[in-house]
Amino acid sequence: MELIRLEGVSFAYSGRPPVFQGMDFALSEGQRLGILGPNGAGKSTLFQICLGLLHPQQGRIYAKGGLCQGEKDFRALRRELGYLFQDPDDQLFCLTVAEDVAFGPLNLGKGRQEVQRLVEGTLNSLGLGDYGHRLTYQLSGGEKRLISLATVLAMQPKALLLDEPSTGLDSERAAVMERVLDESNLSWAMVSHDLGLLERTCHNIVRLEGGLLKDLP
Amino acid sequence: MSEAASQAAAQAAVRVEPAPTLDNALAVGPVGRLDPRAKLVVVFAYSLLMALAYSPLMAALGVLLGLGLVAWARLGWKVFLSRLVAVNLFTAFLWLFLPWQLSLGQGAWDLSLAYNPDGLSLALLVTLKANAIFLALLALLGSSPVNDIFHALAHLKVPSKLVTMFLLFYRYLHVMRQEYQRLRQAMQVRGFQPGSNLHTYKTYAQLTGILLVRSLDRSERVYQAMLCRGFGGTFWLLDHFSWRRADTGFCLVSGLVLLVLALLQWSGISWN
Repeated sequence: MELIRLEGVSFAYSGRPPVFQGMDFALSEGQRLGILGPNGAGKSTLFQICLGLLHPQQGRIYAKGGLCQGEKDFRALRRELGYLFQDPDDQLFCLTVAEDVAFGPLNLGKGRQEVQRLVEGTLNSLGLGDYGHRLTYQLSGGEKRLISLATVLAMQPKALLLDEPSTGLDSERAAVMERVLDESNLSWAMVSHDLGLLERTCHNIVRLEGGLLKDLP
Repeated sequence: MSEAASQAAAQAAVRVEPAPTLDNALAVGPVGRLDPRAKLVVVFAYSLLMALAYSPLMAALGVLLGLGLVAWARLGWKVFLSRLVAVNLFTAFLWLFLPWQLSLGQGAWDLSLAYNPDGLSLALLVTLKANAIFLALLALLGSSPVNDIFHALAHLKVPSKLVTMFLLFYRYLHVMRQEYQRLRQAMQVRGFQPGSNLHTYKTYAQLTGILLVRSLDRSERVYQAMLCRGFGGTFWLLDHFSWRRADTGFCLVSGLVLLVLALLQWSGISWN
């Protein structure tokens, strides 16, 4: 089933050359898509447009076949598509780890006990079981990155948009992350410079270049 | 789970240091274990009373009480002294300026500076009051982790917008400090030496400007991150306070002391 589709999307930041001109993009359930691209190719912009955080000047966005028109449609979409931000300091805005992981599920209206189970379960699955009471600003870069992933996973999305997920992770933690992703039944679109990572974790890889998605040569 | 992967997870878990519970608090003593809600209420009432006090003797009593609290909180001398100096740098200016009175004569340039003993006693009163409040704040609030204080504010029904603002402010203060340090280092490695010259002022102005712009950008990204996780106006807090008998006792004793102080101040007893 198709989760999200962009059709003929054009986008430019004001006063700068366009990032996308008539670009198409789609992600379906069961798909694991790798997106390779140089710096400034618009990888993060693509994800932000998908989730209605940036609004394209032209083009349409469909979620599960329905046209997304306003904030309300995107709110529903954001429950299904978890976005892992490039900078974990943007993603972790609460003071304690447990609060940050609980933030999403509580917003979805889940009960306190269920949220507590979710928080513990998610942290345990990432090998961070005793991090609940740690303060987010005192974590190392790698720890922040994994906790960010936990905050996204705790919302139980159907698919993930992963923006450079391995940045700042040492090899052990990167292995933990790859294992957790691999064992999940999640779909994703993953953006990275790291071709090796994409080859290990994704089913097919495309290249974002000149504002368009192209198959790898 | 494959064996190698579970080993990796176990290793990642083993490297975790024990979770520090009081890591941004200074105290280890009994004051540190008091419920932050009790401490907030007491310190608020105490500060109010001290701010309203008008006799130096009363303010001096307050300083003694504050010193007692600091000793009880076992904060450590170094922290205590360094902060005491910081506060009294401000009150020093009062001593410098208040005892002098400027009087205007007939002519435009006919000014004279005269010694004014009232100013001196005012400086003394303000210094005592400021220190009394500072000592109580240091002993009571400085002995709890900052996040606990914010949580306590929320539990005490302080408007949630205000609490959210405090929480985000404290969270991103650390990020901004790191950003500032990185920028400073980048300046240092390119040979920047601050001095009293235009180049220094310009550089600091740019540094401030960049920090502001970056903070604005970051605030947008943080808001996006909140939207992505379904933010609808509520900043959730997880409960983790438990009121103990010691907290009730602390509130009762403090209430009694404050009542006695208030009676002493306003019962018409002459202090002179």
